[in-house]
Amino acid sequence: MKISKSPWVLHYDGSSCNGCDIEVLATMTPLYDVERFGIINTGNPKHADVLLLTGGINAQTAPVVRQLYNMMPDPKVVVACGICACDGGIFKECYNILGGADKVVPVDVYVPGCAVRPEALIQGVVKAVGILEEKRKKLKESMKAGYCTVDYSKMAVHMTADDYDPSTQYDAILTEEALREQAEEKMKSTAKPAPKPAAPADNSGKGDNA
Amino acid sequence: MTVSIIIKALLYVLLAPFVGGLLSGIDRVFSARMQGRQGPPVFQPFYDVYKLLNKQTTVVNGIQVLFVTAYLIFTVFTGALFFAGGDMLLVFFALSMSEVMMVLAAFSTNGPYSIMGAQRELLQMMCYEPMTLLVAIGFYYANGSFMVNDLIHASVPAIVQIPGFFIGFVFILIIKLRKSPFDLSTSHHMHQEMVKGLTTDLSGGNLARVEIAEWYDTVLMMGIVGMFFITNNPISILWAVIACSVVFFLETLIDNLFPRVKYITMLKVTWAVILVFAGTNLLILNVLK
Repeated sequence: MKISKSPWVLHYDGSSCNGCDIEVLATMTPLYDVERFGIINTGNPKHADVLLLTGGINAQTAPVVRQLYNMMPDPKVVVACGICACDGGIFKECYNILGGADKVVPVDVYVPGCAVRPEALIQGVVKAVGILEEKRKKLKESMKAGYCTVDYSKMAVHMTADDYDPSTQYDAILTEEALREQAEEKMKSTAKPAPKPAAPADNSGKGDNA
Repeated sequence: MTVSIIIKALLYVLLAPFVGGLLSGIDRVFSARMQGRQGPPVFQPFYDVYKLLNKQTTVVNGIQVLFVTAYLIFTVFTGALFFAGGDMLLVFFALSMSEVMMVLAAFSTNGPYSIMGAQRELLQMMCYEPMTLLVAIGFYYANGSFMVNDLIHASVPAIVQIPGFFIGFVFILIIKLRKSPFDLSTSHHMHQEMVKGLTTDLSGGNLARVEIAEWYDTVLMMGIVGMFFITNNPISILWAVIACSVVFFLETLIDNLFPRVKYITMLKVTWAVILVFAGTNLLILNVLK
């Protein structure tokens, strides 16, 4: 049994024109019926596996997107729906548009289109579900090795609109490689000359996660 | 005697999740077909719970884990007591206890949606608790015992004497199974004013435990529906199964037909139904005996 059989979706409109949002809702209708694949639109980040983002993300929605992303339990994937969420689309030059969901959270699947077709959207989610499965395996392995692929201490910053600074946003989420390096350094520095050097780092890794 | 009781309880503990999960899956398929959709596979609830068990569990307040686990344990205990042939009164009291545990779990998270869900759950309990107690009393009037073991050896099915209680119980099942006109505390459908109510702040393993507890609960409720038809004649089991299927289908139909109501409407309607049907039935039984 695979966890990809029940991807629960959270949909957030980050300053889109509502075209893509209507298409996202259209996938729930009898014509497309994504519940066939076990997909449910939850509306609750704590139950969600897949974050569907529409729109180019402006300065006001960025902290919200970040918070939603942080609230979702791991493993999780992000799908950028529509060309605006991919790179800003026709709103790219606007003063308030950051230019795509990947400026705020790491995006796994890009689904272009204006507005995005429901068929493309379903394929995007199905693709994202494959990534979800991979992420779960990675998370399991990394937890065994003593670190978590997600650094929660780094992600809890810039939660309010006041201390939002676009230049620091993307850096706040480290890539997986950087996290691994960081964790290995941490393990090396805290390692004692005991037979199991990974043991102390193991505890700290679990502590971060809880 | 004791061995058979333990075997019955064990059978319930082992089999109920499968039956309950299947019922939940059938419910989802029926709902989808009623809306003109194909719907998920029948085993979808099992996939969901498997997924939830493999997700990270974020805990808002440590005590929430204790309450959710207690909810599961109390629900399993209640069902095991019922199917092992225990005391109906104790079954219903333990059932309220399990609900209280769920409410406490929601209150302990301190989230606005959870607290709203918990408060509404308390209101729902106020609506259906009188009926659950009355069902136990009705069975006592019909067969002169609170013990499930004695009730299943009746010569005449209980429904003959207490049809009013049956109608009242089927009515409060809408609340117990969290179906639409009265699903105030947790919305099973997306984008409603209270997100997911009671379970909003539960994730991963905790949510999986709540789902499993609800499966156990569904089986217990269907068991009580079956109790109205069981006699010492083995054929009556068939009648009980048919009655359970009809009631379950009816609940799904009601779920898809009605929009949600305000709590005050729920309170008025449920108490009116209980008073009219169960109350009148109780009076008639009192006069006849």
